[in-house]
Amino acid sequence: MAQDVRFADLEVGHSIPEMGMPPFGPVQLALFAAASADHNPIHLDEQAARAGGLPGVIAHGMLSMALLGRMLTGWVPQRCIRQFSIRFTAMAVPGDALTCKGVVIAKRDADGERLVDLEIHAENQRGERVVAGQATVALP
Amino acid sequence: MFDQALVGKEYPCFAMEVEKGRLRLFAQAIGETDPVYLDEQAARAAGYRSLPAPPTFPFTIAMEANQPLLVLDDLGVDKTRSVHGEQSFTYYRDICAGDTITGRQRVAEMFEKKGGALLFITTETRLTNQNDEPVCDLRTVIVVRNG
Repeated sequence: MAQDVRFADLEVGHSIPEMGMPPFGPVQLALFAAASADHNPIHLDEQAARAGGLPGVIAHGMLSMALLGRMLTGWVPQRCIRQFSIRFTAMAVPGDALTCKGVVIAKRDADGERLVDLEIHAENQRGERVVAGQATVALP
Repeated sequence: MFDQALVGKEYPCFAMEVEKGRLRLFAQAIGETDPVYLDEQAARAAGYRSLPAPPTFPFTIAMEANQPLLVLDDLGVDKTRSVHGEQSFTYYRDICAGDTITGRQRVAEMFEKKGGALLFITTETRLTNQNDEPVCDLRTVIVVRNG
């Protein structure tokens, strides 16, 4: 559950609580395919993934972004999130376990709100970044 | 060379009814354990009208209507040669179960890199709710490998 985080309590350079995720498995990828409407067979079918030039099935990029979203909504109420942007920087495969991390990079006032900008990313068990980007939250 | 005329193209409106069961399945699929996303009473206690859609669900609203594939179809590109490069969301209002969300996608930008080996396509989609209020803007970058 999101905590009561206040603008005044945060400093540039502060880390937000990181979130470790269990490894991706075939059941989660199948559930996410159905839930997210992304039925691309490269996420479900080994043969189709290899035919597409991949080493095997890969996890949905939007699943990794959704995990970053969970880190954010586990930290502050979702209504605080103003912007959430990422680049997909590497593939994740079944068995990879991601850890989501975020650091405060700026504090500012805009449009009558107190905003905190974060650098956020999810990395795999080898420390390689799978998704990386920024989020902006408005805090009391 | 790609078809520059696609830049600025707007696709027909699409719509999705956001169902409670779908949001619960999405929450389950991403491993969500916060009761706000799973239990309607917890959602109401947190001030939502019903279960809220998690932050990346707006992309699924576009996916449900095949929006990310429309440009690829127009370009005649095999979708296995394309990858999702970037995704951005700007939020204005909650999306909750029971909402009907309407969207409209336009092609914002297209450019090549590496001497034409890679084509970058940026689309922008505005989502509005049943009261014609903007709820979320999406910006999607798709990268196509040529040759």
